[in-house]
Amino acid sequence: MTRFAEKDTAITGVGMSDVSRGARKSALALTIDACLEAMADAGLTRGDVDGIATWPGERADGSGFSPVGCAAVQDALRLEVGWYAGGGEAPGQYGALFNAIGAIAAGLCRNVLIFRTMYEATARKAAYANSLLREGQRQAGPFAWYAPYYTYAAALQQALFFNLYVHKSGITPEQVGQVAVNQRRNAALNPKAIYRTPISIDDYLASPIIATPLRLYDCDVPIDGAAAIVVSRMDVARGLRNPPIRIEAIGSSMRYRNSWTQLDALDTQAQPKVAEMMWSRTDLKPADVDIAQLYDGFSFHTINWLENFGFCERYEAKHFIEGGTRIALGGALPVNTGGGALSAGRLHAYGAVHEACTQLWGRAGARQVKGGPQVCATSTSGGPLAGAMLLVRD
Amino acid sequence: MTVRILPAIDKDNEAFWTWGREGRLAIHRCADCLYYVHPPVPFCPECEGRTIAPQAVSGRGRIVTFTVNHKAWVPDLAVPYVLALVAIDEQEDVRIACNIVDCAPEEVRFDMPVEACFEACEDLWVPLFRPVRA
Repeated sequence: MTRFAEKDTAITGVGMSDVSRGARKSALALTIDACLEAMADAGLTRGDVDGIATWPGERADGSGFSPVGCAAVQDALRLEVGWYAGGGEAPGQYGALFNAIGAIAAGLCRNVLIFRTMYEATARKAAYANSLLREGQRQAGPFAWYAPYYTYAAALQQALFFNLYVHKSGITPEQVGQVAVNQRRNAALNPKAIYRTPISIDDYLASPIIATPLRLYDCDVPIDGAAAIVVSRMDVARGLRNPPIRIEAIGSSMRYRNSWTQLDALDTQAQPKVAEMMWSRTDLKPADVDIAQLYDGFSFHTINWLENFGFCERYEAKHFIEGGTRIALGGALPVNTGGGALSAGRLHAYGAVHEACTQLWGRAGARQVKGGPQVCATSTSGGPLAGAMLLVRD
Repeated sequence: MTVRILPAIDKDNEAFWTWGREGRLAIHRCADCLYYVHPPVPFCPECEGRTIAPQAVSGRGRIVTFTVNHKAWVPDLAVPYVLALVAIDEQEDVRIACNIVDCAPEEVRFDMPVEACFEACEDLWVPLFRPVRA
């Protein structure tokens, strides 16, 4: 029987900076706020942290997409580590977590500080209007195939995938809109969320079309903020102050064409085989999941994940989310309970891990899911990017 | 219309972005098993052949998926416009990102037959697609 290394690791602390549409602090200051909070939450000091990981690593390009990397955090906190890594070529945004699991299994470290910082709200107030293209500069790399076609933002590629999904599934705008409406309802109960005023389906339908079929309310909200997570070796975790949140299983595969044009799973994105891998590493089943924090860079991702995780059949998410009651806080599968990236802010799947742990530790206050949820499915995505984790409170 | 942001040219992608000068759409193809390899790489994933070279295809294809963009991402961007993925007739798994031109955005449909045309931009010829008119 294969031993799955993630089962020997656990999340032991989480932290989050102020999240805003324009921070007074620097990106590094926000990062340190989140990191120190996560370490204190785990009951660890600087001397206990012996690994650092982030995704996608420092990008000093002014976009605010990832302004802080491992080196800046290590030097700011003067950490002495056995291992560190930050880089974007990984199975989606959770690549840093998967790397940390491997490093712990390899005996390189025991407590890994993982963070994700975004400074896109401030960046977009400057001239830098988008993250993909710059005038007067020729585009290299995979996005060169899209560059000449006015593909200014990830929203356009996602709209291509989403439109095919709509075409195949027959989902209606009224059904899609339940994702945004549900998350705004949850955000109203989250003091750290950016947008807290509830919206109705009519508000959703009245929101401007960005690129068919994507509406404004299908898109996440760029913010300034940072989230941090401590992942510890299980024997260490058991001696710390929080009940360990076990990483029960991960999905980190890439078994499709790794390309934003040639991806051979356009309307499902690269998720089905990632979910399949995750379920192959646990005895738990979709029916065992109490809550789900599903990637929502665009609401379409969340709809994709409901199917790809197996909470409903292919092209049946429209019925699953119809009316919004199943995915609400009191429903059979509460989804994106803190408001998600759509309403709480785009922490790029790291807000989702923070919210998962907050719920599993019973700290979610007014938005706490009743009955003491123990199992959370969480995911990342975007075209060929995808990663999944099943988290279980010990 | 706002200028197109052009791709950086290298030895693998040069034909794709320049053969439009002669009205030809260039896709790399394996000389051994005739599989089209796109994006162009010097290795055939079907037969492991290493003799891969650009070849003109018919320029005909069909729209796999598309979106009508309404947001003006930069000043003076003329909207709406259509971004699409087109599969070439010769081989379904070769998909080309493009704008659909010579056609009102609301006329674009899934599986619509289209043909390549080219727009000169600096030293390059950018492939675009337009509906095949009966």
